[in-house]
Amino acid sequence: MENFTPISSTLGGLMIGLSAALVMLFQGRIAGISGILAGLLGPRPGEVGWRLWFVVGLLVGGAVMVIVWPQGFAAEVTRSPLAIVAAGLLVGFGTRLGSGCTSGHGVCGISRMSRRSIVATLTFMATGALTATVVTQFFGGVL
Amino acid sequence: MKRSVAMFACGLLFGVGLVLGGMTQTAKVIGFLDVTGAWDPSLAFVMGGALAVYAVAWPLIQRRERPLLARRFQVPSRQDLSPRLLGGAALFGVGWALAGFCPGPAIVAVGGGADSALLFLPSMIVGMWLFRQWDAWTTRRAERAS
Repeated sequence: MENFTPISSTLGGLMIGLSAALVMLFQGRIAGISGILAGLLGPRPGEVGWRLWFVVGLLVGGAVMVIVWPQGFAAEVTRSPLAIVAAGLLVGFGTRLGSGCTSGHGVCGISRMSRRSIVATLTFMATGALTATVVTQFFGGVL
Repeated sequence: MKRSVAMFACGLLFGVGLVLGGMTQTAKVIGFLDVTGAWDPSLAFVMGGALAVYAVAWPLIQRRERPLLARRFQVPSRQDLSPRLLGGAALFGVGWALAGFCPGPAIVAVGGGADSALLFLPSMIVGMWLFRQWDAWTTRRAERAS
């Protein structure tokens, strides 16, 4: 537990929750990042602007934070390009098939007590925990 | 104009929150998911913080007739636990644990110039595109069959 950061993590979580609530208040939509991004790939009229500006905000947030709080990018695992590509494909395909990710299901859906989101979150947490454990136990944490 | 500024500000706030929370550090994410190693429970606090705000805000916002900058609320109403939901969530979890990125932090980490995210994000977008192709193909096949 040497890297345990309860205070900054709680603060970050509060900001994420506030942002998601504001997206609902302003735009009337679920702040699910996979859905927001996917809506830009096959764009429909009136569905581009708000998504694009939100994604630009995410990118600028990263660019600002890497300067003012570089430790927010410090603890990176080393993965082979092949593992990263495979992971990206699984996350892209899986989040569309399952209609959401950590934000849409995990934050917004659970808060709304959506049965689908609760089950989806338990499922991706379980397969995530299983995968991370297998990588540690059988591959020595190296991929 | 108002909407662009509002959504940009929301994205910025979300992105800063993800970094502050530790979600852009892939070792932290995997350290959270791997409960058998040196378990790092930090990400549970990210989730807890986000849930605390949204769970309070949600019923208050729902009292409104319409959102401030759009015509109506568009919120999913499905309740069925479909094979697609379960299968998709299962695949997502595997991918999340392999690289340590879920979609939001991957976009933010690209903004921060992280090498692994620069490879992960395009792969994720290709995965989304592959889903569209597969989805269209299964729909066509079902139509032909009926």
